[in-house]
Amino acid sequence: MSQLRRSDIVIVGSGAGGGTVAQELAPLVRDGVTVLVLERGPRLTDEEFTGHELEMAEALYQDGGGFLTSEGTMTLAFAAAYGGSTVVYTGTSLTAPERVIRQWDVPGLTHADLARRSAKYAEQDNVHLLEPSEINDNNRLFLEGGRQAGYRVEQFPVNVKGCRGSSLCNLGCPNQAKQGTNRVQLPRAERAGVEVVTRAEVRSIAADRTLHVRVAERPTGAKGAPSEWAPGDYTVQARIVVVAGGAIGTPALLLRSQVPVSRSLGQGFTCHPALILVAEHPHAITNDVGHPKSYYVDRAEAEGFVLETCMYFPFVTAKSLMGFGESHSAIMRAFPRLQMILNLACDHAVPGNRITIDREGRPVVHYRFTPPTIAGLVNGTRAAARIFFAAGARRVHAPADPPLIEAADAARIEERISARHFLPGTVSVSAAHLMGGCRMGHGAADSVTDAWGRVHAVPWLRVADASLFPDALQINPYLTIMALADRVAERIRQDAPDLLSSRPDPIRA
Amino acid sequence: MSLPARLPRRTRRVLHAIATVVVPEAAQLAEPEWDELEGIVAGALAGRPPQLRRQFTMLLQLLEWLPVLRYGRRLSTLDRTRRARVLDLIQTGPLLLLRRGLWGVRTLVLMGYYGRRAAAAAIGYRADPRGWESRR
Repeated sequence: MSQLRRSDIVIVGSGAGGGTVAQELAPLVRDGVTVLVLERGPRLTDEEFTGHELEMAEALYQDGGGFLTSEGTMTLAFAAAYGGSTVVYTGTSLTAPERVIRQWDVPGLTHADLARRSAKYAEQDNVHLLEPSEINDNNRLFLEGGRQAGYRVEQFPVNVKGCRGSSLCNLGCPNQAKQGTNRVQLPRAERAGVEVVTRAEVRSIAADRTLHVRVAERPTGAKGAPSEWAPGDYTVQARIVVVAGGAIGTPALLLRSQVPVSRSLGQGFTCHPALILVAEHPHAITNDVGHPKSYYVDRAEAEGFVLETCMYFPFVTAKSLMGFGESHSAIMRAFPRLQMILNLACDHAVPGNRITIDREGRPVVHYRFTPPTIAGLVNGTRAAARIFFAAGARRVHAPADPPLIEAADAARIEERISARHFLPGTVSVSAAHLMGGCRMGHGAADSVTDAWGRVHAVPWLRVADASLFPDALQINPYLTIMALADRVAERIRQDAPDLLSSRPDPIRA
Repeated sequence: MSLPARLPRRTRRVLHAIATVVVPEAAQLAEPEWDELEGIVAGALAGRPPQLRRQFTMLLQLLEWLPVLRYGRRLSTLDRTRRARVLDLIQTGPLLLLRRGLWGVRTLVLMGYYGRRAAAAAIGYRADPRGWESRR
């Protein structure tokens, strides 16, 4: 038996998009408008962020961080928790490149507008550059090696407050320093009267504006509080629905739903496929202490890649290395001497790379690597190898045969690293910048929403997350998601008088 | 983290044969450490769709019997050098389905081995929630 609930505005998801919309619509509560956030994941207490790799991955990530594409050749990392993926990112905060927004060619969307809104959230989230004293060796070597190898190395602004340098950002900050929506926007929204319900999965949305919601029990021994609602099935009647379940969750939900959405729904998925590259230095460096991501090299426009500093945990590092056996173990035993670089390919939306659902309504991600994407990975790996060697590494581990490249071979990087070594099912490619599937555009023929996240021909239904991106952003996306969500909220506030006074269709039994 | 039930016996035997090739140090693990490794693998599988769990079991059996074509013996009865040779042939071979399958098994083995706190400590991984303060 499904229980009935009502809310004027329902927001599905609490990450960078949903959390932002919740905060921006919270003032409406004063006028008697009810706002409800439904989050599929749990709400963890501060003490539950332990920094233990498998424990936190299982608690925060979908499939423990190992969600596979249908081709089985790439894993996708995205969180399900109060705060969404803002709980597990590193807090890097960049404004969208002007050239990318121009190429998106979305009527009514300008770079200047996104930049202004991004600045608002950068200020709200305490975005700043870390002091030199907070930079560890892993990052410093990237800066020095990058400059020596001739690259323009830039510093990431990050959204931390009181960072102690645990290096555990991707497992959820154990010190609550990272200013994700779980720390800033959602608590503000809740203080203003917005209701947030966790462990609440929206199964579908009907044309009469009802949402079918399943609230899960807290599994025995699992992290996180029980849901704010009793476990069971609910029918939630809304007047305005904002879907912000991420680039996989949002298209999948709309595909399960009975609302007339454009045929381009699910199309245009991009994700910045990434390789974790590792090099061994002759002596120990500070790598697993300090903020992990302070610098980057942006070669997106010229060579199709972006390099970022990174530092991962034992299992993630082990699976990212090529091969197995003694040479693999030898690299792992050198952990205190390892420098790491994340190589992100700037892929583009192409036909076929898309989100669908299976018979049970679960999302299925179809992704094939195009030659330009492979070229981006090859170019980026070569550049990373140059930086590693310029920084003093004695050997680099990369997709090559054999995968260890000694310093004596540094002049043969082009020859040693080539596209033939990027064999699907051999190289561990993963992605965390999931984008597209509900692209903004001109009309229903080419897109799902307009520039304000309004689903074409369904005025009460809005989208507010990275699924709106018509193509890859070519940088870390969270600040742009917040800026777009800010636009979505602004337009809802404008449209609210009309939408809230219109009566939804009665619920059918 | 609570450990789920152990893997079925025939699955354990093949997993053991593969794990000691993927991570040679795994051959030195005592019984309780093996239990922990297997518990991690079993726990990871328990959270995945039933179809994926079935595929995992079928793949392990395929890997167990494939060497019969070349060596006339099952994988788990071969010495480590030959086991490594078999896995290497699959990993660099032309069949995406097998490469992908081995990649998945390898990932689970690495999760089971390096996901143990003792293994993380043994390789010198020292990340601590206290950050810089823990190094002073």
